[in-house]
Amino acid sequence: MGDPIKVIKTPIHLDYQVLAGRDLVRFLNAIAEGKFIGRRCPSCKKVYVPPRGGCPTCAVVMGDEVPVADTGCVTTFCIVNVPYEGQVMKLPYVYASILLDGSDIPFPHLIQGIEAKDVRMGLRVKAEWVPAAELKPTMESIRWFKPTGEPDAPYDSYKDHL
Amino acid sequence: MSTPRDVAIVSFAQRPAVRAERQADDTEMLLPVLTEAIARSGIAKKDLGFTCSGSCDYLIGRPFSFVSALDAVGAWPPISESHVEMDGAFALYEAWVRLQHGDIDSALVYSFGKSSLGNLREVMVMQLDPYVLAPLWPDSIALAALQARALIDSGRASERDMAEVAARSRRSALANANAHVKGDFDVDQLLREPHLVAPLRKHDCPPISDGAAAIVLAAGDLARKVCARPAWIRGIDHRIEPHSPGARDLTRSSSTKIAGQKAGVAEADIDVAELHAPFSHQEIILRDALGLGASVDVNPSGGALGANPMMVAGLTRFGEAASRIIDGRARRAVAHATSGPCLQQNLVAVLEAR
Amino acid sequence: MSQLCAVIGIGQTKYATKRDDLSIAGLVREAAQRALEDAGLTWKDIDAVVLGKAPDTFEGVMMPELYLADALGAAGKPMFRVHTAGSVGGSTANVAAHLVQAGVHERVLTVAFEKQSESDAMWALSPKYPFQPPLLAGAGGYFAPLVRSYIRRAGAPADVGIQVAVKDRLHALKNPYAHLQMPEISTEMVKASPMLWDPIRYLETCPSSDGACAMVLGNEQAARKAANKPAWVRGTSMRSEPAMFAGRDQVLPRAGRECAADVYKQAGVTNPRKQIDVAEIYVPFSWFEPMWLENLGFAEPNEGWKMTASGATALGGELPINPSGGVLSSNPIGASGMIRFAEAALQVRGQAGAHQVDGARMAMGHAYGGASQFFSMWMVSSDRP
Repeated sequence: MGDPIKVIKTPIHLDYQVLAGRDLVRFLNAIAEGKFIGRRCPSCKKVYVPPRGGCPTCAVVMGDEVPVADTGCVTTFCIVNVPYEGQVMKLPYVYASILLDGSDIPFPHLIQGIEAKDVRMGLRVKAEWVPAAELKPTMESIRWFKPTGEPDAPYDSYKDHL
Repeated sequence: MSTPRDVAIVSFAQRPAVRAERQADDTEMLLPVLTEAIARSGIAKKDLGFTCSGSCDYLIGRPFSFVSALDAVGAWPPISESHVEMDGAFALYEAWVRLQHGDIDSALVYSFGKSSLGNLREVMVMQLDPYVLAPLWPDSIALAALQARALIDSGRASERDMAEVAARSRRSALANANAHVKGDFDVDQLLREPHLVAPLRKHDCPPISDGAAAIVLAAGDLARKVCARPAWIRGIDHRIEPHSPGARDLTRSSSTKIAGQKAGVAEADIDVAELHAPFSHQEIILRDALGLGASVDVNPSGGALGANPMMVAGLTRFGEAASRIIDGRARRAVAHATSGPCLQQNLVAVLEAR
Repeated sequence: MSQLCAVIGIGQTKYATKRDDLSIAGLVREAAQRALEDAGLTWKDIDAVVLGKAPDTFEGVMMPELYLADALGAAGKPMFRVHTAGSVGGSTANVAAHLVQAGVHERVLTVAFEKQSESDAMWALSPKYPFQPPLLAGAGGYFAPLVRSYIRRAGAPADVGIQVAVKDRLHALKNPYAHLQMPEISTEMVKASPMLWDPIRYLETCPSSDGACAMVLGNEQAARKAANKPAWVRGTSMRSEPAMFAGRDQVLPRAGRECAADVYKQAGVTNPRKQIDVAEIYVPFSWFEPMWLENLGFAEPNEGWKMTASGATALGGELPINPSGGVLSSNPIGASGMIRFAEAALQVRGQAGAHQVDGARMAMGHAYGGASQFFSMWMVSSDRP
């Protein structure tokens, strides 16, 4: 008779499908062509990247598709040092919010091509795409964003997007 | 309880349930449903005092799944909002309670669910006691079959009775554009089909469905102002039973009986009952627990046997029952929703025209 | 149509990285039993149970109210489960309060818990989806950029976060339930700890805890018969806004401001800084204290860090914040909101022991969740409204 059992391991494996949704499908198809697209809300006129099923503030279906540049600026960021389950990137890495030129909402991605400690708010960056032959309808077609070398964007240009 | 404040269902909208929604994501599914429910209510979106939703992370394999669905609501300026990880019918209950306070007069309730994304029979095992039940992986159909066997052995129902429930439900569903399992089936032919998990056959089981639905509640004078024939919630109650299928009488839904008594089912002359019975034998158990007479029209919508989007099917029962009052087809209805294995938890309401 | 509602019993479990001495049922029952004893009641005196917790992937049990019905004496009673992300502990208490205020029930047991050692919380918080690279490193990875934004906007000196980290862990030493007990905590120690998600350091981050918190809420009649002094609920509020929208201020969310304004109005508070004696607010990363001080109107915009730096928020200060040690010292995610609400009630009942704020009569409980988008708050007082 051993010690009372305190812990049992009950492995659980459940498979799920993930659905992209109409708007995300269009966005990803554009990514497969090396382009960013957004959609403009017909009510508040803001351009969302990636486009969403509905405008989150107006609750209406998004309107016109709008091309968005693959350049922008870092609004805010953090440097990730902690390992975690499912981690793919090598540590440390910079996780940043990037406001693409032509859009009204920042979107998250990685910054490379610069020392983590030199990354700053306002840094001008451009998407680094995978080689054309490897483009697919997934955000992984963009490897990261890297500095363009341009002067930093002024604080006022992104302060409302923090 | 001191006299509860009069609250009514003033509108209902739903998305046609389908076996698998492969294009629209949660927000895209919900947006037209919410827009329609709000438009039909006659209440402006900005005037809605409270919003409550029901959904389940494990159903679709995503934590915080209700958060992205909030985009369909347009929560700006900020709204007073809550969420239950349960069928939308329980979100309706929370909204009803909130309206009792008296400081707000209307509420939006919605729910959504895509059962097609995972293996539903396996996913439902996650609801069970994680120490002694779940590791055995008794899937939802097996557990329901246990209950059906107990009911048959009690002598109170037969496989034929169950097949009759299934046939009647699928026939009723022919008139329901929002149900997706429908047809004119012959009972004898159904009984010739092989068992799926004895004593259940395929027709005794609910379909796998994806869907979304929404309801608007309004209190007192506001309900009277915006709706010609509001479906007043005369009484509403819910109860839960012990979890283990071995710890309760599976053939008698004691929680439904108590909830039905508290909701006042016995005192009311019921025309229609929309019962959330995913399995045919469960309708028999619920009818019995509620004491519904033979003259009651049960599940004219086809019920959960016609469409069973998890987390939505219960709210849909409320909507279907309310619709028949609002459009004048019925005077008094019972709406019921269930949660948990083998009818462990049950919510009952009596709706009426005045 | 509104009845009075009071907290008449409070129970907590010892918070720890792993409570391997209890099952999930045992954990919630420990808190619930203590709340009943504090209220001088038994299981049969409870009319309904309202349960709250964060995503079910934290334990691997879907809709756990079903499994826990027996452990919480709910058979034959109404049982409900609330889920509003991190604010859930607070929302759950609010839903329970509404049941009493609506006159639906006389005595409601409300419990919030998390036994997150059963699963992997960081994995549960950052699932990997197809179509996108796995960028997000948990909640800290999400909030660290916001902290950076705040520091920039407010022009705050870099050590304010460190100060909060030290303060809350010192408070925790006076709370026997608190998870982190670090008598050796110091500014140097926090500063030297590794940067997890720059600018948030390891010691400026909440722990991962198992735990449960329970309260018994009763109407006026129940409060009059209760064994101990009631904490009267003077206001409850909830507000939500979308996670991401163009031009959103995530640092000082409008939903938080409006939620606070609503609950202050209900409680008759016109000058929060003066009229509130103590506040338990949801601070999982140290910099959230100055941010929430501004959001809650205790300090002017961009001045929250000054209030913290002045020492006003420490025990003995002008407005003690998180005398229990807060989320920084114990964080069973689904329970943390209710712990804030319960600690506020402990204060006005005079039951907070070594971390009691003398003469506390009006206290605030605050919780937030999601992308700083879900807020739930309540005000409790030793004075009957």
